[in-house]
Amino acid sequence: MNGVQQALIGGIEGGTAILLPALGELVGQRAGVVNLGTEGCMLAGALAAFAVAAVTGDTWLGVGAGLLAGAACGLFHAWLVVRRRADQLASGLVVWFAALGITSVFGTGYIGRTATPLATLSVPWLSHLPAVGPILFRHDALVYAGYVLVGAVWFVLFRTRVGLVLRAVGERPAVVAAAGGHPQLVQMTAVIVGAGIAGVGGAQLSVGYVGNWFNDMTNGYGFVAVAVVLFACWRPAGVLAGSYLFGVALAAASVLQAHGVAVNQYLLDALPYAITLVALVVVARRGGAKAPEALTAALTNGAA
Amino acid sequence: MQRTPRSRLGRVAGALAALAVVAAACSSGTKAASPAASPAASPTASPAGPKMTVGFIMVGNRNDYGYNQAVYTASQAVAKAMPDVKVLTADNVPENTSVTQTMQSMVDAGAKVIFATSYGYFSYALAFAQSHPSVTVLHQGGYQTGAFPPNFGTYWGEAYEPVSLGGMAAGMVTKSGKLGFVYAFPISQTIANIDAFELGAQATDPAAKTYLVNTSSWCDPLKQKEAAAALLAQGVDVLTQHQDCQATVIEAAKAAGKYVVGYHYDARSLDPSGWLTGSAWNWAPVYTDILKTIAAGQFTGSRYNANWVGTFANGDNPLQPASFGTSVTPSMQAKILAAYDALKKPGASVFEGPVTCQNGTVLFAAGVSPTYAQINGINCLVKGVVGTLPGS
Repeated sequence: MNGVQQALIGGIEGGTAILLPALGELVGQRAGVVNLGTEGCMLAGALAAFAVAAVTGDTWLGVGAGLLAGAACGLFHAWLVVRRRADQLASGLVVWFAALGITSVFGTGYIGRTATPLATLSVPWLSHLPAVGPILFRHDALVYAGYVLVGAVWFVLFRTRVGLVLRAVGERPAVVAAAGGHPQLVQMTAVIVGAGIAGVGGAQLSVGYVGNWFNDMTNGYGFVAVAVVLFACWRPAGVLAGSYLFGVALAAASVLQAHGVAVNQYLLDALPYAITLVALVVVARRGGAKAPEALTAALTNGAA
Repeated sequence: MQRTPRSRLGRVAGALAALAVVAAACSSGTKAASPAASPAASPTASPAGPKMTVGFIMVGNRNDYGYNQAVYTASQAVAKAMPDVKVLTADNVPENTSVTQTMQSMVDAGAKVIFATSYGYFSYALAFAQSHPSVTVLHQGGYQTGAFPPNFGTYWGEAYEPVSLGGMAAGMVTKSGKLGFVYAFPISQTIANIDAFELGAQATDPAAKTYLVNTSSWCDPLKQKEAAAALLAQGVDVLTQHQDCQATVIEAAKAAGKYVVGYHYDARSLDPSGWLTGSAWNWAPVYTDILKTIAAGQFTGSRYNANWVGTFANGDNPLQPASFGTSVTPSMQAKILAAYDALKKPGASVFEGPVTCQNGTVLFAAGVSPTYAQINGINCLVKGVVGTLPGS
C-alpha cells in the first residue's frame, strides 16, 4: 500500500466525521437556519454514543443514542431561533458552550475507557476493485452511511416535493406560509434532523473511528463542517468533496511524516484548512449557487 | 414592537450562557470557591501548626489515564498523607491567562502554595510568583535559565531514562524493526524522550527505527488516530506516544493486534496483551517533600528553589517504569530490569556516548556522560529516528 492510498483511506474515514455534520448542516441552512452549535451537537452525539456503547456493549445502540442526543441538541437550537426568534449565531454559540460544559461534566467518568470501534466491513466484489476498492469500500458502516446520505440528501432536496418546500422556506418563508405551508415547522424539523445527523458524525468520531471519548474531542471539526457548507455553496456534491478533502489533507499530514518526508510541521497543520478553503473558493468562483435568501437575511439581521 | 421579545430573549440567552459557564466550571473541578471560610478557622487548627492550603492546576481532564490523572492522583495522596494540608484542584485550565485567574482564585481561597503542572504554564507561574511574594509557586516540567525568585521553583525527573526502558521492550518484540512515536510538540522533553526511546530500542534491536508523527495537540483523538493509522500502515508494529491522553493510540494498537508502550500513566488495563510497559509518574513523594520543606520555612535557598530534577541515581525519579504486559516474557523482563538497575548507578544514562545525530554529527562523544541540562538542550534526533523536527 503506498502513501497516497494510505492518505485517501484515512481521509475517507476521518472525513466522514466532517461529512455527516456538514450534510446535516446543509439541510438546516437550506431551510434558512445556520447552526454554529453543530460542534456542540457533535459532542453530544459523541458522548451519548460512547456512553451507551460502553454500558450496553452494543455499538449500534450507541450510534442510535448519538442520533437522539444530536437531535435533542438541535431541538434546543431550533426552539431558540425558530420559536423564540433568537439570533442564529448567538444561539448557536450558546448551544456549543452548553454542550461543551454538559458533556465535560457527564463525560468525566468515561474518559480513559475504550470501546471497540465499529468493525471494518468490506463490500463484496467492490472492495476488490483495483486502486479504488481498498480506498472506498473497506470501512466501517457509518462511512457507507455517509455515501448513501449524500445521495439521499441531494434527492430529497432537489427531486422531491418535501425538498422543494424546504428550499422555499430557506428562500421566502412568507411565500410558503401564503401557500398554506408551515415554515416554522419545516425549519424546526430541518434543524433537528440536521443536528441528529451531526450527532451521528460525533458517533463516527467516538465509536466509529477512534474508540474512546475525551472532553472537547471534536477540537473544532464541527465548525469546519459549518464552513464547508458555506464554501460548498450549499450543494451536496461540494459538501462531499470539501469534507473528504479536509479528511485527506489531515491524514496526509500524518502519512507524510510516517514516511519520513521532511515537511515543516506547522505547514502540515495548516494544510487541511488551507487546501479545503482554497479548493472550495476556487469552485465557488466558477458560478456557485446563491445563499438561501432567508439564511442571508437571518445572518445579516434582516438588512439584506 | 421587536423590543420586548428580543430583550426577553437576551435574558434567556444570558441565562443559558451563564448556565453553560457554570457547567464548564463544574467540569473543571475547581473547588476554589468553597474553602473560602477555612483560612479564618486555621489558627485554631491542629497542634502540628496552621493548616496549609495548596492548589494544583492541571491543563487536561483529571481522568485522562495520562499526565493529568497522575497529578490528580498524587494530589489526593498528599491530602490523605498530610492531614493538615488542604488540597484544592482545578483541571481543564488552558495555557493562557486562565491559569493566572485560577492561581489568583486559589490564593483568594487561602492557598499559600501553587503547583502549576503544565509545561505551557511556565511564564504565567513565574510572573505570578514575582507578583505574589507570600505565595510559593512551583512549576512542573519547566526549566528556568535566569535567576530564581525566592518563592519559585521547577521540578521534573529524568524522564528519558525510564522511556529508554520502554524502547528496550519495543526493540525486543518488533518483527518489522519499525517503531512509531506519536508526539505533540517538539519541546525539549519530547525530543529527549524520542531519542531515548530509539536508543533503548537499539540496545535490544540495533536495526530498529523509530518513525515520528506529530499531532500539534496534547489531546486530539482524531489526529492521534490518523497518526497511528499512518504509522501502522507503514509497517510499524510497536506504537508509543508523548500525548496527554493515551487511550486512542492504545486502542489503535489493540485493534491492529500490535503493541504499545505507554507514557505518563500505567494504562495496562486497557490492553494487557498489547501493552508492553511504559513509564508512569509517581508525584506524591515529590509533592510531599516540597510541602514539608515549605512548612518548615526552609524553601528559599533549598534544592526546590531551583530546577529540581529527580534521578534514578538518587532514587527520587518521579517517572517510574510501569508494569509489564502479558507479552513480555520473564526473560525479557529480567533484561529490562537489569538495565534499570544499571541506570541507577551515578552518572549512568541512556545518553552515555557515543551518541550520533541523524546527520552524522556527534552529539555526545564516547565516554561522555551528559548532564540533565545538556540532555534537556538536545536539538537533534539521533541516528535511527525517521522524521524531522520543525525548522530543521
